[in-house]
Amino acid sequence: MVVAENFRIAFKALRANKMRSVLTTLGIIIGVAAVIAVVSLVQGLQYVITKELQGVGATYVMVLPAQDDNRGPGIVARQVRLTWDDGRAILDQVPGIRLMTPLIGGRATVKYRDRQHDPDFVFGVNQNWPEVSNYTVDRGRFFSRLDLAERRKVAVIGPDIVDELLLGPDPVGRPIYVGNLPVTVIGVMEKRGVSLGTDIDNLVFVPFDTALALFGRSAADQVQLRLQTDSAEVVEQVKDEITRVLRVRHRIAEGQPDDFEVVLQDEILKTVGSILGSVTAVVGGVVGIALLVGGIGIMNIMLVSVTERTREIGVRKAVGARRQDVLVQFLIEAVTLSLVGGGLGVGLGFALGAGVAKALPGDWPAAHVPLWAVLLALGFSVLVGVFFGIYPAGKASRLDPIEALRYE
Amino acid sequence: MALIELRDVRKVYDMGAERVHALAGVDLDLERGEYVAIMGPSGSGKSTLMNLLGCLDTPSAGSYHLNGVAVESLNDVELAAIRNREIGFVFQTFNLLARTSALENVELPLVYAGVHRRERREKASRALARVGLADRARHQPSELSGGQRQRVAIARALVNSPSILLADEPTGNLDSATSEEIMGLFDDLHGQGNTVILVTHEAEIAVHALRRVLLRDGRVVSDERPAARDGA
Repeated sequence: MVVAENFRIAFKALRANKMRSVLTTLGIIIGVAAVIAVVSLVQGLQYVITKELQGVGATYVMVLPAQDDNRGPGIVARQVRLTWDDGRAILDQVPGIRLMTPLIGGRATVKYRDRQHDPDFVFGVNQNWPEVSNYTVDRGRFFSRLDLAERRKVAVIGPDIVDELLLGPDPVGRPIYVGNLPVTVIGVMEKRGVSLGTDIDNLVFVPFDTALALFGRSAADQVQLRLQTDSAEVVEQVKDEITRVLRVRHRIAEGQPDDFEVVLQDEILKTVGSILGSVTAVVGGVVGIALLVGGIGIMNIMLVSVTERTREIGVRKAVGARRQDVLVQFLIEAVTLSLVGGGLGVGLGFALGAGVAKALPGDWPAAHVPLWAVLLALGFSVLVGVFFGIYPAGKASRLDPIEALRYE
Repeated sequence: MALIELRDVRKVYDMGAERVHALAGVDLDLERGEYVAIMGPSGSGKSTLMNLLGCLDTPSAGSYHLNGVAVESLNDVELAAIRNREIGFVFQTFNLLARTSALENVELPLVYAGVHRRERREKASRALARVGLADRARHQPSELSGGQRQRVAIARALVNSPSILLADEPTGNLDSATSEEIMGLFDDLHGQGNTVILVTHEAEIAVHALRRVLLRDGRVVSDERPAARDGA
């Protein structure tokens, strides 16, 4: 018998019991919707992170003081230190570095006349920051070597700060306070939006030495270094050299762990990838359970359907349906049921993903569900339909036509 | 060669401790074009005989040749094919598929015969026309009267041009006027050369047939061909 004919019969049976069909497939709908929503969000996240990291390029290297989580509290922990002297030593001794900036961050209130505002961070960096981290100044300029050398009291601020402090259309040249420090605004950064949880537009940059004065001596021990190598090929080599120089400077004995971390861009990508991978795996497990429950629901309703339609099965057999015809008919009905659930799930998941992406701050890309995810979800739906439909369909196909025709 | 040849056909049901001989050795020959009523009180074995004749079941012993084919040796798939090609069932309770148009109900045997959709439509329409329901093709069973439903069922039985029309109490659920109409239809179909077997316990129905086989306790107790009735 033609398969198309069976699909027609299946749809007719489903339409006859619309409510029941939808309730039955709820498990499948939820399972598939979860897959699609999560895949679309993970894809979006990956896209955002990748774009962010590609902005700084494969030549981007970060050097961070080690997190002292595996050391004791108190005195010992204080010995983790990374200073700008370390940075200068690296510049002197390690070949292949194009640009470097130190980075210290802290919190301070900014003030202009009677307005005040708490930016996300106040960063102390040097003149290389915009180029190292791929930032652009929109108005005015960034600090120069001269600003740093002469310890000028200047600041470059994010566009949000301009709005918060009501600096007007011409903020460059305005005197503001960062903490207790009077500085002059010399530039405004380009508007970028939220990225990786930080509102980039809500930052204040001051010269490195100014930041040291602002945050005190203890900040000088917790400097991060950001640098760009000459080329992507030398990144690994630079990392090894930095490690060697810092171990010597920090007098770390052989066999002892580093008290700093050198992080490369592709390592960040890898870490992000593995985190997203485990998120996907966890969701996959949940979805597996949802599909299992959905499948049992389908098996249940198919058993009901077979009982309800015993006479129909008898009639079909009397007019010439073979066992396999009845088997295929009910199997296709089960698959149609799960496939309809899968289809609804794809739609719901897509809407869910799009909704969440819209609700998230920052420039999340429009929900994008790759074709493989849709096909995978629908494929699994079919599989569930076949697996849980085979028993009821087999039961239907084995009915004795005489008994079935007599069934009341 | 006869269309149907039953030789010492027996059917035994194992009901736990008891063995019930529903058919205890039936011999019966039917020629093509005959109009037969199989009669008997309930428990006489006529339902069992009908199931065997309709190839829904196989005998425990004995032989059944239908159109020269030894039915007792066929497997499930072959039996299904024989039912599809050779037998047209008409049931007491019509047994039409609900929420399915008259036309689609009539098409059903052709679906399992693997007939192409368009040819199916044509044949089914013709069969509906033969039973006088050409204008009811799109109606569902719930929109038809009892007599109309049985006509649809008869169209379904006819559509694949079977060797036998096998009707089990075809008027059991109809009032007497409608019963006469339906029996008139069977008379016409017989007149057009169809082989018709009626299974019934009602004498008024059986009089339409030209041959009456009476069963009792699983045996044929009489097999008579009364003088042709008026007009036949």
